[in-house]
Parts: sequence; structure tokens; C-alpha cells
Amino acid sequence: MNPPVDRTTHRDDLIVANVSRRRFLQGLSLGGLVLAVGYPSAARAEEKKYGADGMPNGWVDSPVAFVSIADNGTVTIVCHRSEMGQGVRTGMPMIVADELEADWKRVRVAQAPGDEKKFGNQDTDGSRSTRHFFEPMRRCGAAARTMLEAAAAERWKVPVSEVEAKNHEVVHRPTGRRLGYGALARAAASQPVPARETLRLKDPKQFRYIGKGQLKLVDGPDIATGKAQYGIDTRLPGMLYAVVARPPVYGGKVVSFDPAEALKVPGVERVVQIEASPPPAHFNPLGGVAVLASNTWAAMQGRKALKITWDNGPNAGYDSVAFKATLEESARTPGKVVRNDGDFTAAAAGAARRHDAEYYIPHLAHATMEAPAATVRIANGKCDVWACVQSPQATRDLVAKRLGMSADDVTVHVTLLGGGFGRKSKPDYAIEAAVLSKAVDGKPVKVTWTREDDLHNSYYHTVSVEHLEAGVDGQGKPVAWLHRSVAPTIISTFNAEAKNEAPFELGMGVINVPFAIPNIRIENPEAKAHTRIGWFRSVSNIPHAFAVQSFVAELAAAAGRDPKDFLPEMLGDTWNHGESPERYPVDTGRLRGVVETVAREAGWGRKLPKGHGLGIAAHYSFVSYIAAVVEVAVDDKGTLTIPRVDMAVDCGATVNPDRVRSQMEGACVMGVGIATQSEISFKEGRVEQDNFNDYVVTRMAEAPRIVRVHIVPGDYSKPMGGVGEPGVPPIPPALCNAIYAATGKRIRRLPIGDQLKV
Amino acid sequence: MAVSLSVNGKSYSVDVPPQMPLLWVLRDVVGLTGTKFGCGMALCGACTVHVNGVAQRSCILPVNAVKGPVTTIEGLSASGDHPVQKAWIANNVPQCGYCQAGQIMQAAALLARTPSPSDADIDAAMGGNICRCGTYTRIRAAVKQAAKQGGTR
Repeated sequence: MNPPVDRTTHRDDLIVANVSRRRFLQGLSLGGLVLAVGYPSAARAEEKKYGADGMPNGWVDSPVAFVSIADNGTVTIVCHRSEMGQGVRTGMPMIVADELEADWKRVRVAQAPGDEKKFGNQDTDGSRSTRHFFEPMRRCGAAARTMLEAAAAERWKVPVSEVEAKNHEVVHRPTGRRLGYGALARAAASQPVPARETLRLKDPKQFRYIGKGQLKLVDGPDIATGKAQYGIDTRLPGMLYAVVARPPVYGGKVVSFDPAEALKVPGVERVVQIEASPPPAHFNPLGGVAVLASNTWAAMQGRKALKITWDNGPNAGYDSVAFKATLEESARTPGKVVRNDGDFTAAAAGAARRHDAEYYIPHLAHATMEAPAATVRIANGKCDVWACVQSPQATRDLVAKRLGMSADDVTVHVTLLGGGFGRKSKPDYAIEAAVLSKAVDGKPVKVTWTREDDLHNSYYHTVSVEHLEAGVDGQGKPVAWLHRSVAPTIISTFNAEAKNEAPFELGMGVINVPFAIPNIRIENPEAKAHTRIGWFRSVSNIPHAFAVQSFVAELAAAAGRDPKDFLPEMLGDTWNHGESPERYPVDTGRLRGVVETVAREAGWGRKLPKGHGLGIAAHYSFVSYIAAVVEVAVDDKGTLTIPRVDMAVDCGATVNPDRVRSQMEGACVMGVGIATQSEISFKEGRVEQDNFNDYVVTRMAEAPRIVRVHIVPGDYSKPMGGVGEPGVPPIPPALCNAIYAATGKRIRRLPIGDQLKV
Repeated sequence: MAVSLSVNGKSYSVDVPPQMPLLWVLRDVVGLTGTKFGCGMALCGACTVHVNGVAQRSCILPVNAVKGPVTTIEGLSASGDHPVQKAWIANNVPQCGYCQAGQIMQAAALLARTPSPSDADIDAAMGGNICRCGTYTRIRAAVKQAAKQGGTR
């Protein structure tokens, strides 16, 4: 999930004068057994920065920040990214351990607090962790390995060229002498960190863990035994448990409230008002009235007993049915032109045939199984936060700002996240806990969101109408393409006036539509936001891929062509709009590759039982290429089941192929839910869904019975792609294309709901 | 009001309102946080525990209605080696892991009654447990593996 404006609060702090691209090494001091002290933070070049260089606080590759070795040989590797199910606490330390020649059985993983100066960027979103930190983590492991080798050579008084680290010990090749990592730890810590350009990285053929997928999840045993600690699990002595009654309508506020009945509930100790934050919401709490109690249940009972009069504010009329009509009207009217190749109007007028379609996707909520939760304690001028956050540094900075403290005095302890999907990039709930702790003289306060809170006060995925028109030649090949994308922008959460999609939203499969069509016009009419719009796993790729990949299948059908052949024919060879590959990094060859792979692996064209159909779709996002073939079965009552899904993924080389597979499996299930059942709708400004009874997500019986993931082999010398998000976008269109193949019915409005019912 | 409770073989006397759901007694009073809060309405299964060996949604079960010994994820096995736990670890089932305590408790209860479940049995038994990460294919595989390896304990 892409942050809207690079994390607005400290964007300006990030520019560091260009000294040199090379970072110099500081000497190391002995910190007990810990390799202490760090490289100075990275000096940045002033040119346009990409990748990890372009992120707040960039990257760090110092073993001093990430590796410590105990006397007994236990290697502790710090994971600085948040674990929310993507497997980063296994994958990231695995990279370090591999280059370090550490024995995985003797590796422990520690979670970093929010401290980007020390660890580099920690915003765990945008499917970026591995692709941004693969190289820094390799260097980190290699540097630590080099320090151990240097320490051993010094001990033996032999040239360092004669020693070699191997599986948790250093070996002197000529004599066969060996020293374990534990025995070398102290001496290694006093070695200088080697200069980056002197590091000897492994040949990928020597990898022992990277790319192998044999390691089990580091948190697997704790999860299976109930020991894993999530944000909601924090317990501190004297802690109060809080729930908050928040404004039911975005932009609303408390007019008055009566706490008397709430205070009578056994266990309720305090009722505290949290000041409303007028739109734009940013990451601020929405305000409301909090009930603090000796346990969560009492707080929830107390909240029910509150009497609150709300001013619902300017969004009190927000109505999803009416807003859909508004979006459709905008989509049928010319809007801001954001790309214009050739002459769409003339080409369409001269085309043999025309084809138009409109696609709708409603708001969605992340509905992480663990709703937002955070605990804050303030004591002796220091603030401690325990929270399930994707953005620990932003949490630290914003809590500090709200409390009027220095960020140096705020520590953010990152727990496991019971799901993230972009919701937990926005730390409004941690700020709530901070406000409440301050209100009770710094006592620890845990804020727990209920499922209703989570669904009523989310940062919703946008709602959109995608309007497409094509003119085709005599063979049905498109010669003119118009796409009007209309959706409230994420930017509106930071700037209430914003009504156009941002470049990062339009760049998710609209402007950079990868087709070789001579006349393309892309327009973005305005849309006003009436709720908090936020990034949701794969963001604007969801509506864009649904529309584009459905429309291509419609064009194929109109041309009487097999969509599996028609789709790759629309892709140019190396055509990229004449744009720089950094700015528009679409490699249509790789997109064609995943289409061919998935079609082959899915047995495209195979004979299917009656009522079954296959659909195909492909989409480029987060610099990875994914194609999916979905097999559906629709019975004579219109009941949909999904016997099998095949997905081909080209994300470059992989660190942990098992987690690449699991992310695709999960993205597939989430994509199925978006396509079939999930919808957030508003009436009179309020969300109509309360819990999992009416915000419907995919359960086991509705999930695909088989998900087969085909990973296109990659090359470790080439940049890696993202994995967490790009599996989602191709699923809804592939599913709807399969329904068309099975039934002849074209779905243009999600969720499918009962549209197939007979 | 004092309520007596047996959890994972230990006896507790807790001073809570009788209507307080078992979930919150476990999490906030007894201090066992392995049982998770997901929905509060028995819609998602994250809070699943065993009462007398039967899978129950602790989020809607008033503590005074608990008639029998309670087993939570922390007490399913002495050292995390219940066949279901082992199968979960071996198959790398979890993603975020938050729902998995409930999934494991539900699966263990299923296998205790139905040692060799069919796909339809698994769908029926596990249908109340939501995994937002979408680990369902691995859950199914792990249930089958645990069944093969002797199911219950």
C-alpha cells in the first residue's frame, strides 16, 4: 500500500545534504556482547531518488544495528519491519543469517522498536520490505561475517585470507582449527565494520536459506501455542482498559454527553472525552468519548450506557446509492485528461465497432482479524507505546507531537500485527491511547477497538466507477481506448480539497495500461470524499485491474476470440509509452510471460464439466507481474463455487518461496471476497455494516478449494518485486471472466452478491 | 461475585459479573491472552475454546454458564505437541496468526469427534472460523495431516 504523500508528517525532515553516496564507517565500541554503535545515517544523493533511497530515512545496512552475538553463540537478528502475516520476521533475518553463515537453529529474532535513524525506513507497506532491504540485509550479514573472520585471524595470528566462516564457526583452512561464533563474539565486536565496497557477498549458488523455502516460520510455534503477542495482548500492572465511542459520521463531533450511567457500571473508572480532529483526518483520532475500566468488558458495557449527542457534520447525508449515481454521472462526462496519445475521438469515430462498459467497486474495509489496539504508559517524562502498527516511526512522531513530547522520549514497541492490509499504517488508535494515558496521569491505558468500531471508523478503500470505451477494427482489435476513472482519492484524507486521483493512484494500472493501442485517452473526473479514504491491500489496482481486465475479456468475446490469446496480443513487445522504465516500469514481456505460464499450468482449454468456466486476467503492480486463471462452477440455482485457481507470479528472485506462495494464496482469497461478498456502504453518513454478519468476508467453503502458485524463476542480480499486494488485483476480473465463460453473464458491479441467483 | 472456573487444569476463583463473557475473564482477569477477540458475536471463531472438550465461542458465553473444565490454546497440550499444533507448524499454516488459536481449537474438537473428516466435514466444522489472511487451503491440509497422524493427542 503506497503512502499517499510519502508519510506527510516528516517528509521535510528527510532531505539530507549530499555528502557522498558512500557511507563512512564509524569505529565500533564494545557494547558487552552486542556489536554497538552504528554507521552514520545514510548521506543521500540529491537527484530523484527511487526505491529505499526515496523512503523516509532510507536504509541501513550496518550489522551494528541488526546483529548481536552472545557468548553462547546465539545470534540475535533484528527485524525492523512489522510482521502482519507476510513472513517478514522469517524472511528478513534469513537474508542476514545466510550471508552471516549462521546456523538457523541458533538464530533468534528480535523486533525493532520504531527508530528509523537506527534501522532505516520501517513503513511496512507498499509490498516493499524484501525488495528494499534484500541488498542491505545481505551486506549486513556479510559485514558481520567478515568481522568474525577478522577476529579469528587475529586470534590465530594468520592472514584473514586463510580463514572462512562456515555454519556458525570460523575455520582456519590450512590447519583445520575452528572457533565458534560465540567464542569470537567479543573480539568480533571490536573489529571495525568493513567498508561496504570491500564486502564479499555470496554467489547465489552458495545460499543456504535464501530461495530455498525449507525454514519454518519463526513465530509458528508461538502462534500454535497461544504465546504470540499481538497489540491487543499487552497487559501492564495497573493498566486501564478503554473503548471509545467515536463520531458515527466522518467529520462529526460530540455536542454533549452524560457519563453518569456509564460510571455506574461495575469496573468503569473514568469517562474521558477525546477532542475531535476536523477533516482532513490525517492519522489523528476521530475524537469521541472514552470509557476506561478495569477490564475490556466493563468498558464496553460502560460505553453502551453513555448518552452522547452528536453533531454529524457535513457528511451526514453521505449515501452510497446516491453517490454511485454521482460517480456514474461524472464518469459519463469528460474530465481532467491525464494521458492523451493520438486522437481517441477521431479513431473511435472511424472504428468498425464500438464497445462501452462501466464497472463499480464499493468501499471496502480491511477488517483485520485483530482490530486496532494500542497501549500507552507515560512515566518519568518517557512514553512507552505497545502497538500493532505498520508505521512505528510515524506512530512515535505523532504520539510525541500529540503529547507535546520529544520523539526521543517516546518508545514504540512493535507487537505482532493480527493482520494489517494498510489499516495499521494509520496509527490513530495509538494516539487515542496516548491521549487517554495522559488524561489519567500516565497510567497505562489499552485501547481496544471492537469489530463494530473497526468497520464504522476505518480508512476505507475508495469507491469507484471505471468507464471504458473502445473502438475496434474489422478484426476486433482495439484502435481507440478511453478510460475515465472516478474515485475519491486517498489524498483527501490529508487535504480535504483533493478531488482528483493522485499520480500514484492513476499509476496503478490506468495511465500505465500496458496495451499497444495508438489512440489512448485517460481522464480523471473529480470525486469528493465523504469518509476517510485510505490504502487497502493493493489500493487502486483493485478497481483498475477489475475494469481493464474485464473490458479486455469483453472485447475478446465481441471479437469472437479466445481471451487467453487476445490478452497477450494487446501487449506491446517492449513498448512503454516512450517513458522511462523507472517512471513507468512495465515490462510487457514479463506480463506476457506470466499469462503464458498460468495458461499452461491451468490447462487452459481443458474440457470442463457443465456449468464450469475458466477466466484469465493479468496485472502489473508493485513492480511484480501476476496472472491468474480462475475456474468457477455455477449451478442451476446460481450458486458459485471455485474449484481451483492458478496464479503465476514473476516477482524476480525470491527469499522465501513458501511465503510468496502463501501471500498469493491469501491474496486470492481476499480477491475472491472482494469480488463476491464484501461491501461497505453508507446511509445518512454512517456505515451500514456492523460486524461479520453483514460485512461478509470469505470463509472456508467459499474459498477456492485448490490454489496453485507458479513462481517464475528469477535472477538475484536483478531487482526484486513486491509480493504482499500484487496477488489481489487479477483475481476479481479473472473470476468474473470465468463466470462469463460458464454462464454468459457479465458482471460489472462488485460484489457479485446475488447477481447470479436464478 | 466470585465465580469458580477450571482452566487448563488449574482452578480459579474470579470476582466478576456473572454475565461477563468467558473470553474477557480469560484475557483480562485470568491473564491468558492466547484466546482472541475477533467479533464479540460468535461470528468469526477467533475466541474458540473447549468446554468439556466441546468447541465453544467464548465471546458470547457468560462465565456463569460455563459448566465444566475449560481448555484454551495454552492448555491444548503440555508442550505444543498436539497433532493439530504440529500439523499447523509443519504446514506453515499461519500468516498473521491471529485467528489460528481459534482455528486450532476448532480443528482439535473436530478431530476428537471425527477422526477422519471428509472435505465436507471440514467445511462444516471450520465454517465458523474466519481467516482474513486466507490460509484456508493450508488449514484444510493441516487438518488432514493431523487426522492421519492420529488426530487427537
